[in-house]
Amino acid sequence: MATLALPGRDHRDPGRSPGSRRVVQSLLRTSPLIPAVVLLLLFLAGPIVYSLYGSLTNASLTGPKAAQPDFVGFDNYAQLIDNPQFWKSLVLTLVFVIASALIGQNLLGMALALLMKAAHGPMRAVVSTIVVVSWVLPEIVAAFALYAFFASDGTLNIMLGWFGVEGSAWLIVLPMLAVILANVWRGTAFSMMVYSAALNDVPPEITEAAQIDGASGWQRFSRITVPMIRRSISTNLMLTTLQTLGVFTLIWVMTGGGPGVESSTLPVLAYQEAFKFSQVGYGTAIATVTLVLGGLFAIVYIKALKPEVD
Amino acid sequence: MRTTARLVTSAAALALVLTACSGGSEDSGGGDGGSGDQTIKVAYQKTDAFFQLDELLVKSKAEFEEANPGWTVQLEPIAAQETDYFTKLALMNGSPDTAPDVIYEDTFQVRPDAAAGFLAPMDDYLAEWEDWAQFPEGIRAAGLGDDGSTYGVSMGTDTRGVYYNKEIFAQAGLPEDWQPETWDDLLEAARTVKAEVPDVIPMNVYASKAQGEGTSMQGFEMLLYGTDDTLYDADAGKWIVGSQGFEDTLTFLQTLQDEELMPGLEDALDTNLPNRVSTELLPEGRLAIAVDGSWMPGGWMSGDNAWPEWEETMGMTAMPTQNGQEPGATSMSGGWLLSIGANADDPEMAFNFIANTLNEENSFKFATENSQIAARDDVAANPDYVSFNPSFEFFSSLVPVTNFRPATPDYAQISNNIQVAAESVITGQATPEQAAETYDQAITRVVGDENVSEAS
Repeated sequence: MATLALPGRDHRDPGRSPGSRRVVQSLLRTSPLIPAVVLLLLFLAGPIVYSLYGSLTNASLTGPKAAQPDFVGFDNYAQLIDNPQFWKSLVLTLVFVIASALIGQNLLGMALALLMKAAHGPMRAVVSTIVVVSWVLPEIVAAFALYAFFASDGTLNIMLGWFGVEGSAWLIVLPMLAVILANVWRGTAFSMMVYSAALNDVPPEITEAAQIDGASGWQRFSRITVPMIRRSISTNLMLTTLQTLGVFTLIWVMTGGGPGVESSTLPVLAYQEAFKFSQVGYGTAIATVTLVLGGLFAIVYIKALKPEVD
Repeated sequence: MRTTARLVTSAAALALVLTACSGGSEDSGGGDGGSGDQTIKVAYQKTDAFFQLDELLVKSKAEFEEANPGWTVQLEPIAAQETDYFTKLALMNGSPDTAPDVIYEDTFQVRPDAAAGFLAPMDDYLAEWEDWAQFPEGIRAAGLGDDGSTYGVSMGTDTRGVYYNKEIFAQAGLPEDWQPETWDDLLEAARTVKAEVPDVIPMNVYASKAQGEGTSMQGFEMLLYGTDDTLYDADAGKWIVGSQGFEDTLTFLQTLQDEELMPGLEDALDTNLPNRVSTELLPEGRLAIAVDGSWMPGGWMSGDNAWPEWEETMGMTAMPTQNGQEPGATSMSGGWLLSIGANADDPEMAFNFIANTLNEENSFKFATENSQIAARDDVAANPDYVSFNPSFEFFSSLVPVTNFRPATPDYAQISNNIQVAAESVITGQATPEQAAETYDQAITRVVGDENVSEAS
């Protein structure tokens, strides 16, 4: 950008090498970014590098290793690979992300956005308020509310009782389903709002033209609406995935990762190892794996829904 | 021009942010300033069932501040169950800015915390403390670190036994003076309760990660130390793997779970179960048999959950050994201490506060109100102490058969793996055999191949 604005300038100053002048100029012009870059390095890259380093030590919360952790290379990672519980956690994390973020929040959010577009004013206001309330609640409050809903003497079982159905201890019997539904309930509003905004940007004349050409509702949606809002879809997928990957409070409050390890996703496992079992280095290794997993998801989205191809 | 201006502004903003980040470490910690603002920060645990320590410290704070003008004792109760208390304490200790000056420490945490450099040795102060003579040798040992220095003064010790509800036993046709001699006797009684009084929980043994050390000590080890095996061979300094006793203990838990003789999983996995046992389940007659600690009557004698009828309702009996083998009963003992934080600005004053908190009068108050087995000889010999609580006699009688946890810095991690094993069995995720194998592998990883030995 900076160089484009100055065509031909170099020819007026033959004494100096054009290359170095350009470098100096572009350096000068990017200099306002320096503070932002420094802050990013300090508060984003810093902790990541530190966590990488931490995962290569046997640091612990107490004991001799708290005072003087040793550098153990990739021991923690080797231990993780050997640990069946880690693989189970990895699968649970993928199930949680795919079921609650990719499928639940996205599809439901899209469906709600489409329905709201078609709905009348008051209806729209009422529905969007109800949906957004679950999103506005702080995570800890939402988690307690959902615990109260799924607990064995909770709302769900009382309501089932009205129909003569005997409930179950959902958080014990189906812990993953409970936390997945909880996360869908909590996160759908975000997707709905993103998609509502995106749908408003689709020019109605294009859809109308397609309608006149005889395109069915589904065809109009899949051939026109979706391609036009693909940027929003990709951004939303990325955001909900990363948000869901990091969900901790919801699961910790509802099931504590249990029973046993039945709902221990990677963040819960990392917390358990680092802060309950005092193995900070090992826990950090799990956190680093979670970080890498998030990075992989991000790359897949960017590749799959290349925004620049239009 | 504009670029430069922006640059300057951003640089200034950055500088501001950086100072904001680095600030704050200057004035915390307290104590360095002139007279009048010296502070001793005390970190301890407080819950609705454990309020006696809070009362003791409030009393001691008033006495100490009066005797030492210019000094303030800043009480920092941590309202959390045991596992969360340890986590919060470790995090506080992680930075000198937040590290407390006086710490309420569990005995098994003393060694690891001393090794981590969180605690200050107190030998110099103890040498000059005339009350120290009142603490017998065995009690003093609880505060020893790996280096032989003393890192804590004991507040008292405890034992563990079996509580049973005589009213429920009467309904079930079980004897009022119940004396189980084997594990099978325990199971038989629980089965009878289940058959005769179906709406109560027959028996509680802690068995999940949520109850932390309670699961290891009140639950698992109370059983294991009644078998022919133990956790640790202290003479050889090796941890035991592949022991039959370990597997039998897990099998006992599995039996309780399979026959629905223990609380349902929702309760069994509840962090608050220990509180609920003492404030709800036993007083409301919803639990027939509970393996638990000697401190429990403390919460029934006074406080928010006072339950004066406990003396008539609750029976107490010793935990039997597996097959009635010698010595016929078993128990576990732990206890808590007061320690000085390594970052205390004035360790001597911190020690003086501890000395005041554990003087004869205050030790008596704590030992009686919190149902402790007194640490000090003068308190233990006090007739008012002995007659204060009818359960003292019983729980003191367990001292000859009691066991202590292996005092090594690794114990905390071994204990975690015990909890994992117990929970995996009661949730049906592993058989006792598999869980024992997982435990063996895990502790071998923790302590190294050279520090484990196969059970003979």
